[in-house]
Amino acid sequence: MLTIDNLHVSVEGKPILNGINLNVRAGEVHAIMGPNGSGKSTLSSVIAGNEAYEVTKGDIIYKNENIIELAAEERAQKGIFMSFQYPVEIPGITVTNFIKTAINSNLRARNEEKMPANIMLKKIREKAELLEIDSKFLSRSLNEGFSGGEKKRNEIFQMAMLEPSLSILDETDSGLDIDALKIVANGVNKLKNKNNAVILITHYQRLLDHIVPDYVHVLHEGRIVKSGGKELAHELEEKGYDWIK
Amino acid sequence: MIGSNKKTTMPLADKLVSSFLAFELDIDIQSPVHNIRTDAIKKFEKLGFPHRKLEAWKYTSLNKLLKEDYTLFSKKKNVLDFKNVKDFFLDNTESYKLIFVDGFFDSFLSQTSHEKVDVCIMSAALSKAKYTSIIKKYFNKSIEKGDSLSQLNTAFSKEGAYIHVPKNIILEKPIEIIHFATGNESALMLQPRNLIVLEEGAQAEIIESHQSLTDNPIFTNSVSEIFVSKNAHLDYYKIQNDRLSSSLIDNTYISQERDSNSKIHTFSFGGKLTRNNLNYYQKGSYINSTMKGITIIDDKQLVDHHTLVDHANPNCESHQDYKGIYSGSSTGVFNGKIVVDKIAQKTNAFQKNNNILLNDKSTINSKPQLEIFADDVKCSHGCTIGQLDQDALFYLRARGIPKKEAEALLTYAFANNVLESVNIPALKSKIKKIIANKLGVEIGFDL
Ligand SMILES: Nc1ncnc2c1ncn2[C@@H]1O[C@H](COP(=O)(O)OP(=O)(O)OP(=O)(O)O)[C@@H](O)[C@H]1O
Ligand SMILES: [Mg+2]
Repeated sequence: MLTIDNLHVSVEGKPILNGINLNVRAGEVHAIMGPNGSGKSTLSSVIAGNEAYEVTKGDIIYKNENIIELAAEERAQKGIFMSFQYPVEIPGITVTNFIKTAINSNLRARNEEKMPANIMLKKIREKAELLEIDSKFLSRSLNEGFSGGEKKRNEIFQMAMLEPSLSILDETDSGLDIDALKIVANGVNKLKNKNNAVILITHYQRLLDHIVPDYVHVLHEGRIVKSGGKELAHELEEKGYDWIK
Repeated sequence: MIGSNKKTTMPLADKLVSSFLAFELDIDIQSPVHNIRTDAIKKFEKLGFPHRKLEAWKYTSLNKLLKEDYTLFSKKKNVLDFKNVKDFFLDNTESYKLIFVDGFFDSFLSQTSHEKVDVCIMSAALSKAKYTSIIKKYFNKSIEKGDSLSQLNTAFSKEGAYIHVPKNIILEKPIEIIHFATGNESALMLQPRNLIVLEEGAQAEIIESHQSLTDNPIFTNSVSEIFVSKNAHLDYYKIQNDRLSSSLIDNTYISQERDSNSKIHTFSFGGKLTRNNLNYYQKGSYINSTMKGITIIDDKQLVDHHTLVDHANPNCESHQDYKGIYSGSSTGVFNGKIVVDKIAQKTNAFQKNNNILLNDKSTINSKPQLEIFADDVKCSHGCTIGQLDQDALFYLRARGIPKKEAEALLTYAFANNVLESVNIPALKSKIKKIIANKLGVEIGFDL
């Protein structure tokens, strides 16, 4: 589904990613761990198409297509979703209307009809229930004044609504309390199937207890310095990063 | 200069002054108004058109506008077919209508009233005996004496909306005032004059627009005098969405008495040059004066908002909230003057002017001007100038919303709170449509 080949990325002339290689197949869950500032969020943003970062070298192949030149919205329309580490507050747009607009934009990009209002409503209700989100919450301005945990839950709600092929969850677990973590992880697991894939970025084993990864990668100074199975995460939890740097 | 065939047209100011006598002879008018006009043309002759050396006109030059050779009074009465102009009216909404075409009243398109309320025309009010007492009491009473454009309008005041809502009458439907220009003349100057009086406890909603139907230059110098008596309530909406060949100077004077409430929304989306001089005079206590605006312009458009609130009495409020979105090489001006007299204790005066520049060729000049002589007052003003939030833009795009629409959504969200206080549903959706159109997207803003 996703092949990243020798990806180099800079921001304002400063190199941040220095030759990333990664291969994610449909049905897989990959975890990416690594110390603060190692480039995890940069990698997610670049896959999602953030123009603030400059790709200086390398390719990102998604579903057999090089997406390097595609705009963020085109990537989203093709099924790439990123749950933001820091979701942006947007006063004046409600959660419900935002998600409606997003879904209909995606449909239109595929030359499909708008989703009828009643089906949209039903879907919103269903997914809100899955993530135990109060309906009052949905009529509030997008992320405005949301608690850290509420923001993350709202990200996964959007993921549930958009049903992407590739989801990149950037520290979705941070900010969640223990109960919320279970709800969100359960939501992600329910959405998981053999046709989609998930990249989890996290600092903690506890998320990986709920969403079990097939592969774990360690990012350090813009390179993947070690890859392994789910046991690698346990090892990191015990020993920290020093031994692999 | 060999080969130069420069046209020597008379300067517009001279042309106006010299046509005054003929104009006066031509119309049927009461003598008190005759004196007011004669006085006004003298004042205009002395003052001339405003120029950039005046502080209040520093950013807005009329030079180009004044170079056209305008016809001052359209001769032919043009007939408009409703089906060709129905887009300029409210959809599916019962309303009174005062429609003017090239300066003439159009009785076919209009829907007036003389029952309980007077929703009719200035030419009648200025000439018929039954209106004399109201005209004597209100006409030209609130005009800024040193404002040459208002004086000019007074000198030629002849036609426009005349609305009188008697005591405790609440209008059950809004009044639409539209001034059309059809292009009968190669260039036309229009000077509508409106008088609106709400007596004690009266309530009215009014929507006003100036709409050119031609690419010929149109220059409108409009004056509205509005009197809002004790306990009365006025909601006034100005829709400025005209063609790039048209320019408008709107001089609006509102005098409020105690316990009254008046709100003016100004939506400025079109026109080449638009200058709004909006003046509020508070003549009693416990008055609420609200002015809100959304400006969205591009190309070489200019919109200049000059507001004045004269807090002359204690315990009053004023609220100003103007949002501006500028692209192309457009120019915005906001100058908000608040005067709080010595006796106007416990005044609450708030002013906000927030702007987004969508590129680096557009400009905004924003200036609060506070003159506060009382000590127990709450005054605040805030002006911001920024760009669209790039992180927010990426967030929307990362969910599959195309860039142009994401920008439109953010822009709309930015201006949204001004729209929230529009109380006429058909008007609100009309403005949303204009905004979507202006921002080049087809989405509806059901945010
Ligand atoms: N827009 C930017 N401008 C300048 N520097 C940036 C920018 N974005 C990221 N960086 C720098 O790039 C490096 C990697 O940042 P990134 O956010 O990708 O790290 P991370 O691995 O996600 O860290 P954390 O675990 O703290 O979330 C950091 O040194 C950061 O300061
Ligand atoms: Mg990060």
